[in-house]
Amino acid sequence: MSSLSAPAADAATAKIKFAYAESQIVGQKMTLPKQIFFQLILLFITFTVLFPILWVVSMSVDPRADIMRPTSLELIPPGFSLKAYADILEKPTSNPVNLPTLFLNSLLLAGGSAIASVLVGVFAAYSFSRFKFAGRQVLMLAVIAVLILPNVATLAPLFVLLNRVVIGDFNLRDSLLGVGLALLTTLLPFSIWNLKGYIDTIPKELEEAAMIDGCSPNQTFFRIMLPLATPAIAITAFLGFMSGWTEFYLSWQFLTNPQNFTLAMTLYNMTGQFASSTPWSHFSAMSVIIALPVSVVYLALQKYMTGGLTIGGVKG
Amino acid sequence: MATLTREQARAQMTAPGTTRRKSFWKLTNPYLYLLPAMAVMAVMTYYPMAYGIWMSFTDYGLKNLRVNSAAPDFVGLQNYIAILTNNVPQIANFDFFYTLFFNLFWTFSNVIFHVVIGVLIAVLLNAKGLWFKGVYRAIFVLPIVIPTLVVANVWRNMFDPDFGAINQFLASMGGLIGISPATFHIRWIESLNPPIPGIPLPLAYFALLITNIWLGWPFMTIVATGALQSISKDFYEAASIDGASPTQQFFSITLPLLRPAMVPAIIYGITLTFNLFNLIYFVSGGGPLRETEILVTTAFRLVNEQSLYGVAAAFAMYIAIILLIITLVTNRISRATESYDV
Repeated sequence: MSSLSAPAADAATAKIKFAYAESQIVGQKMTLPKQIFFQLILLFITFTVLFPILWVVSMSVDPRADIMRPTSLELIPPGFSLKAYADILEKPTSNPVNLPTLFLNSLLLAGGSAIASVLVGVFAAYSFSRFKFAGRQVLMLAVIAVLILPNVATLAPLFVLLNRVVIGDFNLRDSLLGVGLALLTTLLPFSIWNLKGYIDTIPKELEEAAMIDGCSPNQTFFRIMLPLATPAIAITAFLGFMSGWTEFYLSWQFLTNPQNFTLAMTLYNMTGQFASSTPWSHFSAMSVIIALPVSVVYLALQKYMTGGLTIGGVKG
Repeated sequence: MATLTREQARAQMTAPGTTRRKSFWKLTNPYLYLLPAMAVMAVMTYYPMAYGIWMSFTDYGLKNLRVNSAAPDFVGLQNYIAILTNNVPQIANFDFFYTLFFNLFWTFSNVIFHVVIGVLIAVLLNAKGLWFKGVYRAIFVLPIVIPTLVVANVWRNMFDPDFGAINQFLASMGGLIGISPATFHIRWIESLNPPIPGIPLPLAYFALLITNIWLGWPFMTIVATGALQSISKDFYEAASIDGASPTQQFFSITLPLLRPAMVPAIIYGITLTFNLFNLIYFVSGGGPLRETEILVTTAFRLVNEQSLYGVAAAFAMYIAIILLIITLVTNRISRATESYDV
């Protein structure tokens, strides 16, 4: 380049820039052999991604609904029937509990803990985000420190402590309420942290403007902050819902009454070497029932979801 | 409640802007806003944690579970020593340092695959003029949105030696080139012989690895795609003017500029994979012979199967210490790579 004179270099750059802009507009920079090569790689990846999904969905809608064990590989079912779903409606496993009850239990557990965590958490998140006060650093550190720990680390103390809360015949440990409370152990700090990360990105000026217009600080919180934070609250609640919906080890450890069992526990009962009497078509239908509702919502919210994760995560 | 009187409001209106703002943020009692969350956490988080620390120094077991049963005996550091010396006879093949080592190896081997595959696919999807980009991106997000619990249970059945989809697929592929289907009666989970001579890892590890690669790379692709799209085209333009080949451009422009976005994602991936209870517990169950067990699944077994609450509490303390070290190390790394001046 140095051998070129300045105007010549400019002309050369301009030419390249023009060619580049042109290729951008036409979008045909890729040669056909390269295109085909890339498409083949991506088709292979698509196959690997879809393989387990097709396998399980296909088995669940297979018209031969009582597939004990599949003897051949079918990724596309030879017909369509919802009989496997109907079959597990009354009694998915040998436990005396029906599918609607299991579904409702999972919904109550996940929904309850998620809503409680954001309702309680958003106030703390606001406080951490906006106010400077004595002990702020220490308290924030105390919240983050919990996030490092997996839920399983507090399983033993939660189990023995909740087991001691007995009112008449009611044992808090052996109830969905107890599992929900135990879920809050780590879900609440997660919600606080996730919401704080989001509120940090909302400009303070909006609240200050409301203040000048005569809002009291509490009015400012309820009328300005809460509406602005609604998307973040929804996302955080959904993330909490996801973890409650598929929560396994707390419910498995705590619950003994089949009427309180959840979908996640039932799926484990239907899998692997201990489920020799469960037809795999039933297992497949159960998998789809658990995965479909949350996956569809997740897919719809996905654009905001990864953002939400990184807001909470990166700022830590 | 600190509501504002007319006089106070007027006083603030006349005060200089900065003072007014400052006083506004001091008006509400921040502790009042913290109170509900801190009350719940005090009862449900900090008290159980403190109680767990106390439990770890006792022989808390089934005998102490009932409401009016006797208090457990204080045993000092006995639980901690028992774990380190593998003196937990209730669990066969208990080996703390093997499990810890496997857990770390499991984490890093998985995350390396996630990052390499994730970044490569992101770069591939970012190629100019590629057809069906949107379709691929929509499909590749599926492993993220499907609950891990379901994925793990489905793969568990897919690895079944007789009826699993993996062996059936391999057999049908092998059939095309004339290999007998009996060759593909692979006992993915139960097999004890290490498939690669010299590397003492059971086949179950590779089954878990395959499952977790399926689960993990799309997240890295999403993060990398976002970062790729924010790299200015000018860099590539300048590089191609200077005669850099696409490979050189990849290593000198793409990779360094991906780094700031990838480091937090990698740290997130490390903590997630380190504690990936669902996958290990449902796919391999820690088998064979506890060779694929990780720390969190062991902690669960101590409580759930053995009712050794005191030992489990001590075990949780070790997990906490190890995770604290990992967090401090990764935080240092992320701080060192936080800003990347171009």
